[in-house]
Amino acid sequence: MIVIRLEDLLYSAPLLVLTSSGLLALIAEAAGRDKPVISYYTSLIGVITSLILTFLNLGAGVPVFNNMILQGGYAAYCNLIFLSSALLSIVLSRSYLERMQYHRGEFYVLIVFATAGMMLMAAALDLTIVFLGIELMSICLYVLAGFMRKKELANEAALKYFLLGAFATGFLLYGIALIYGTSGTTNLVVISRSFAQLSGNSLFLIGCGMLIVAFSFKIAAVPFHMWAPDVYEGAPTTVTAFMSTGAKAAAFATFVAVFVRVFDIPGTALSSVLALIAAASMIVGNVTAIAQNNVKRMLAYSSIAHTGYMLSGIAAGNAEGEQGILFYLVAYTFMNIGAFGIVSWVEQQEDRKLKFDDYAGFSARQPAVAVLMSVFMFSLAGIPPFAGFFGKYYVFLAAVKADMTWLAIIGVMTSLVSVYYYLRLVVLMYFCEGESDVAAKVPLAAISAVTLAAVLVILLGIYPSLLVDMTKGFFKI
Amino acid sequence: MLETYIPIFVVIAGGIVFGIVMVKLNEWLGPRRPTDEKLSTYESGMEPVRTARERFSVKFYMVAVLFILFDIEVVFLYPWAVAFKELGVAGYITMTVFIVILLIGLFYVWRKGALEWD
Amino acid sequence: MDIQPYLLLSAITFVIGVVGVLARRNAIIVFMSIELMLNSVNLSLVAFSAFLGDVTGQMLVFFVMTVAAAEAAVGLAIIIALFRNKQTVNIDDINILKW
Repeated sequence: MIVIRLEDLLYSAPLLVLTSSGLLALIAEAAGRDKPVISYYTSLIGVITSLILTFLNLGAGVPVFNNMILQGGYAAYCNLIFLSSALLSIVLSRSYLERMQYHRGEFYVLIVFATAGMMLMAAALDLTIVFLGIELMSICLYVLAGFMRKKELANEAALKYFLLGAFATGFLLYGIALIYGTSGTTNLVVISRSFAQLSGNSLFLIGCGMLIVAFSFKIAAVPFHMWAPDVYEGAPTTVTAFMSTGAKAAAFATFVAVFVRVFDIPGTALSSVLALIAAASMIVGNVTAIAQNNVKRMLAYSSIAHTGYMLSGIAAGNAEGEQGILFYLVAYTFMNIGAFGIVSWVEQQEDRKLKFDDYAGFSARQPAVAVLMSVFMFSLAGIPPFAGFFGKYYVFLAAVKADMTWLAIIGVMTSLVSVYYYLRLVVLMYFCEGESDVAAKVPLAAISAVTLAAVLVILLGIYPSLLVDMTKGFFKI
Repeated sequence: MLETYIPIFVVIAGGIVFGIVMVKLNEWLGPRRPTDEKLSTYESGMEPVRTARERFSVKFYMVAVLFILFDIEVVFLYPWAVAFKELGVAGYITMTVFIVILLIGLFYVWRKGALEWD
Repeated sequence: MDIQPYLLLSAITFVIGVVGVLARRNAIIVFMSIELMLNSVNLSLVAFSAFLGDVTGQMLVFFVMTVAAAEAAVGLAIIIALFRNKQTVNIDDINILKW
C-alpha cells in the first residue's frame, strides 16, 4: 500500500507547478499552431510562480515522498538558482530566437522540463532520483543544443553533447549499481549511516569513482571537459547561457549533495582526486581561454576554469567550502548569464559578430550595455567589490583551512591569468575604435533581465553575508 | 552451482551439432537443379523488385521513434497491473497522472502531424 | 546464489561498450555501444537485486530502460538531423568543431 501525503504535495509545490506549466505550454503549442508566444507566457508564469513558492519554502529541509526527495532548505536554495537561470534564459531567448528565425514554442517547454530535472537533482535523497533528474535535464539539453536544426554547427554540437553525455550516463549508472550492490540500498541517507565501514570496500570505492567521473562530465571538469567548448559554441547563445549556469549549478548541487552532505569525503583518497581535478581545470581552462578569439568559446573555457574554483571548495570539504560553493554558484549564475545575454544581443545570423574584435568601440554606441558587460567581466575576473570576488575568496579560504594551500595558490595564480582575457574585452569596448553595435533593438524585457543580473552581482558583492548566512544549516541531514 | 547446468550445456551442444550435421548432409546428398526462378530472392511469392540494399524513407524512422517511446510505457503499466490491489487508490491516481502525461505527449505528436503517413 | 559470474559478464559487456564508444567511428555504432553499456548495468542491477533479495534494483532497471528509450529517440533524431545537413554519420567527418 503506498500513501501520498498531502504535505508531500504541498512541499513539492514548486516542482509540481513548474511541471504542470510545462505540460500546459506543450498543450498550448500543440493546439494553437505557430503561436510560440502562448508557450512563452505559460512557461514564464510557471517559472515565476514556482520561484515565489520556493521563496515560501526556504525554511528547513523536509524529506518527502518516502524519503525520495528533500524539499525546502538546501533544495529550495538550489531551486532559486535554477529558476532564476531559467527565467533569465527564457526572457533573453524570445528576442534572440525571433531574430534567428527559430522561434518555436517547444523551446520554452524544453527549458521548463530541464529546470524540473535540475530541481529533482538538487532535491535527490536517493540515487534513483539523481539518475532521473540528470537524465530529464540532459535529454532536454541535447535537444536544446541542436535546436537550430538547419545549422551544421548546432547539429554537431548536439551530437557531441549527446554521445558524450550518454557515455557519462553509462558511468553514472554503473557507479550507482556498484554502490547499490555493496550497500544494499539506493537511499543516500541510509548509505551515509554505514559510510565508514563501506569506505573500506573496494567495489564501493570504484562505484564512488564512477560517480565522480560522471559528475565531472556534467560539470565540465578537466579531463572530462572536451565537449564543453564545442557544445557551448554550437548551441544557441541563450541555451549556452542556460547550460553553463543552470545545468552546471545542478550538477554541482548533486555533487555536493552526494559527496559532501552524505558521504564524508574529507581526508579520504577521493578528496585528493577532487583536488587534482580542480587544479587541472583551473590551469587548462584559464590558459586555453587566453588563446580564444571567439567570445562564446572564451566564456566556455572560462566556465571550465570556474568549475575548477568551485571544485576546490568540494575538495576542501569543510563548512567554508560548502557555503563557498553555494555562494559561488549564485554569483556565477548571474554574472555568466548576463555576459551571455549581451553576447546574444551582439550576435547576428550565421554566427557572425562573435569575435572579440566585434566589440571594438562598443561603448561609443552602447554606453549602457558596455557598462553592464564590464560589470560581468570584472566579476568573472574576481575583482572586488563584485560577487565573483567573494565566491573565489570563500572557496580559496576553505582550501587553505583544509591544508590545501597549494590549491589556493594555483587558484589565485590562474585567476590573475584570467584577468587578461576578461579585461581584453573591456579594453576593446572602451579604448579601441570600431563600428560595433547591438544587432537589433533590444526589447525592454531582455534589458531588464540583464540589468537585474548586474544589480544582483553588485549587491551580492557588497553584502555576501545575505546568502552565506542562509546556507549555514544546509549540511546536516 | 555451475555443475547443475551441465545437462543444459550438453543439450545445447547436441542441438548445435545436430543442426550443422543436418544442413551439411542436405547440401551434400540433395540433388541440385538451379534455375533463375529458384535463385531469385524469396519475397513471399511476390516478384522481387529492385535491390534490398535501399535507404528507407524517413517516415519509417518517425514510426520507429514513436513506437519506442509509447511501447516502453508498458514496463510501468505491467507491474502496476500485477500489483493493482496492493497499490490501492494512491497507485491508481499515480498511474492516472502518468497516463495523462503520456496522452499529452500523444496529443502533441498527433497535432504536429507525426501520425500522418503522407 | 553465486553472484560473481553475473558481475563478471556485466563488467565485460560494459568494457566492450566503452571500447566501442572510444574506437568506433560511426555515430550509430557509438550509440549502440552506449546502449550496450546501459544494458550491462541492467544486468548488474538485476543480479544485485536477486542477490540482496531487494526489489529496488529491479525498479531501477525499469527506469533505465525507459530513459534509454527516450535517449534513443532523441539521439536518433539528432543523428538524422545531422545526416540531412552533412550526408554522413562518421564522427571523423564532423570536423567544424574539434572533437
